[in-house]
Amino acid sequence: MHTKLFAVVVLFLAGIAPALATPNIQHWKSPSGARVYFVENHDLPMLDLTVTFAAGSSFDVAEKSGLAGLTHKMLDLGAEGLSEDEIARNLADIGAQLGMNFDADRAGVSLRTLSSSAERTQALDILARVLQYPLFPENVLAREKTRLIAGLKEAETKPESIVAKAFGKAVFGTHPYGLPSSGEVATVEKIQRADIEAFFRTHYLAKNSVVAIMGDVTRAEAEVIAQKLTEQLPQGVEVAQIAPVVMQIKANEQRIDHPASQSHILMGVPGMARNDPDYYPLYVGNHILGGGGFVSRLMHEIREKRGLAYSVYSYFMPMKLPGAFQVGLQTKKDQADEALQLVRATLSEFIDKGVTKKELQASKQNIIGGFPLRIDSNRKIVDYLSVIGFYELPLTHLEDFVGNIDKVTAAQIRAAFKRRVNPDAMATVIVGAPETKKTSHKEGAVQ
Amino acid sequence: MHIQILKNLLTIAVLWPAVLLSAVEAQAEVFEKTLGNGLKVIVKEDHRAPVIVQQVWYRAGSMDENIGVTGVAHVLEHMMFKGTKTVPVGQFSKRISAAGGRENAFTSNDYTAYFQQLHKSKLPLAMQLESDRMHNLHLTETEFSKEIKVVMEERRTRTDDEPQGLVSEKLMATAYQEHPYRTPIIGWMNDLQTLSVNDAKTWYKNWYAPNNATLVVAGDVKASEVFALAQRFYGSIPARSLPVRKHFSEPPQLGVKRIVVKAPAELPHLVMAYHAPALRDPEKDWQPYALQILSGILDGNASARLNKILVREKQLASNVGAGYDATSRGPSLFVLEGTPSEGKSVTEMEEGLREQIAILKRDGVNEDELKRAKAQVTASEVYKLDSLFYQAMQIGQMESIGLSYKAIPVILKKLQAVTAQQVQDVAREFLQDDQLTIAVLDPQPLSGKPKQKNKGASHAH
Repeated sequence: MHTKLFAVVVLFLAGIAPALATPNIQHWKSPSGARVYFVENHDLPMLDLTVTFAAGSSFDVAEKSGLAGLTHKMLDLGAEGLSEDEIARNLADIGAQLGMNFDADRAGVSLRTLSSSAERTQALDILARVLQYPLFPENVLAREKTRLIAGLKEAETKPESIVAKAFGKAVFGTHPYGLPSSGEVATVEKIQRADIEAFFRTHYLAKNSVVAIMGDVTRAEAEVIAQKLTEQLPQGVEVAQIAPVVMQIKANEQRIDHPASQSHILMGVPGMARNDPDYYPLYVGNHILGGGGFVSRLMHEIREKRGLAYSVYSYFMPMKLPGAFQVGLQTKKDQADEALQLVRATLSEFIDKGVTKKELQASKQNIIGGFPLRIDSNRKIVDYLSVIGFYELPLTHLEDFVGNIDKVTAAQIRAAFKRRVNPDAMATVIVGAPETKKTSHKEGAVQ
Repeated sequence: MHIQILKNLLTIAVLWPAVLLSAVEAQAEVFEKTLGNGLKVIVKEDHRAPVIVQQVWYRAGSMDENIGVTGVAHVLEHMMFKGTKTVPVGQFSKRISAAGGRENAFTSNDYTAYFQQLHKSKLPLAMQLESDRMHNLHLTETEFSKEIKVVMEERRTRTDDEPQGLVSEKLMATAYQEHPYRTPIIGWMNDLQTLSVNDAKTWYKNWYAPNNATLVVAGDVKASEVFALAQRFYGSIPARSLPVRKHFSEPPQLGVKRIVVKAPAELPHLVMAYHAPALRDPEKDWQPYALQILSGILDGNASARLNKILVREKQLASNVGAGYDATSRGPSLFVLEGTPSEGKSVTEMEEGLREQIAILKRDGVNEDELKRAKAQVTASEVYKLDSLFYQAMQIGQMESIGLSYKAIPVILKKLQAVTAQQVQDVAREFLQDDQLTIAVLDPQPLSGKPKQKNKGASHAH
């Protein structure tokens, strides 16, 4: 019976997507040691490219938290032969766009440029210098520290930032995944130019870099580009591995006062890694629980049935090591406890009973039927290349995706969730906590 | 080796016309047809991937609302997901989801739009569902009473608890005295509290008609097939007479207006908004193009004037920005804003911005800056082709504000033709105190400054 149902799904899906053409990914190692992932496509006269390093905020130490982020931010603010203004101006002159991507695992720089030879050459020359010869000028660093600190102070007043920071600590404790990605006022103040210089030399290594290239260049051109962007990167020694995440946490609830009209609620636990054997069951399961937009269970219970929130969701953040599983919502203070209870009940029932056949089928239909939308632009494909490269996923990751989703069973989802999410041992943070709970406002007002 | 690149700079601009030409040619693959009931159907063929986007744009936004029912355009947008006579509540989203689709909707001052992104084989389903709710929406008190609460939560998140959201809401309410742009899209909270399902019904009856809509389909389709499908699904929906649209104008402002907004925050913030014209005649107008280039010169890239001078060189500001939107049904604003650096005041921030305006008026802009701003426009036109959604969006938006999608290549051409003199001229004409509204965010301490109370105990169920 079960198998028959799936057979129908597959047939039905085969009907809507007769030939799921996935991009042909070429992969090689550059002489520099960089791992390169390339999709050649000449439909549009443009080129997208990212270079990624294992240099995210999890490589910070608590005393100088923010160092990884600041190093990354400083890359395009002065490089050999180019002031920060020249970098910006020379890119703007050719309409090229430099983007900076940063999270706990990864520090990346992306480039989008027209592919015509003059523009492309110009853009890539600048990127090559930014990556390989950043100068970290003292005066620019002083200014950026001041700006960063101003931003951090502002963030300390915003409920969404306060809740995210407290949640990270509650889920990961002293593990570096719990460090705020841009650091804290006191730790950023301590960062000196020498720290940045050293962080760059030890983390922006040729042999750890991943170059993703998508668009209007040939394989031969891509080979030259990848080498030129990485040949002068530091050789360095192997970066020490980050300690494992402690998966079991104690139940913990924090209520933090805030004058906002809504409570911001986050709850969660350490979740799953990018290479996790439970990746697909957890992904599909979460799609049903709170990842599938308007049709998810959380959305249905909290928003559609009761109008308690505009946004309510859950997700796993798949990282090198297990990133957070998190459920979040905002709601008017006086109904925060009601909403929280409902979320907990929904989650407990989900963990307890798992998903129905109907839900599983609907979810698979959405994920599989929507697969073409995941790879319908150069931008999306270059992002996939970068993820595949950084997390060393199989080159067939995209080809296998539909099959991997299709294979997931309700039993696998239930088992995987039971292993990962214990509703009785989760971290919960409520910022702008409801006043019925007698947190002292007077005390706060003194500050 | 590295030094050479600087010399290449000046020659590169020569290549742009070719690139621009290809972007303009891409526009030629747009086809249109108007059905008998007045529904305009526009198709952008793009065969890069086997996907489509369907968007339906209604020419009704918050500017069409009356006093006392602000927010109803947006509330109705939410209610459009609440079922029709034949598609029960929740089913629209379920069916789109089961077809592998993504969907949502958005409301602006000028229009309300609905969209689905799907595999190309699912276009008939999307049309069936979207055409059904164009004329069969089933509005009930039960669903309305829940959804209005959702909208109030949305307002709390976006505006009430968001200091910069508050500033911008109050700025608009001050800059405009008469034009309905003075009311927020999401509506005043008091209006949301008193809106009824009947207000939603009236809104739906007034504006949701094929002759007040544009259907845009972009993607791996043939225009002729889309027209046939559109006829099949939308063709029988009767046209209706639309309410008479009021013509709003904004009386001349007779002097600078200033407001202060107090809200929990750390840093102050300053916004300076000048009344400015929007694009009406793409062929004949020139000022909106010059204003758009001016905004690019001030804030189009990291080396643009405001960031270069105020953030990087003078370190007066932590962040700065400039913005102008030429395409809207109503009038526009040219906006400058900044967050002063620690130790600097909003007064100094204002003086710094005013100094830049004075320099602009006195000395104009140089050719390099002009060329750079135009380079951004040209490159963006190419990058745009990587996003099917955005291409469809641009078409729908142009049609909904009363310009044609055919104006898109005209606008590109006209932007390239803007001169330094024109930029200086519009700065002189529009960046004047009599047309200026200044809003300042005055940060207040958090009465309940984060005070962590770690209960450390297991919660009870």
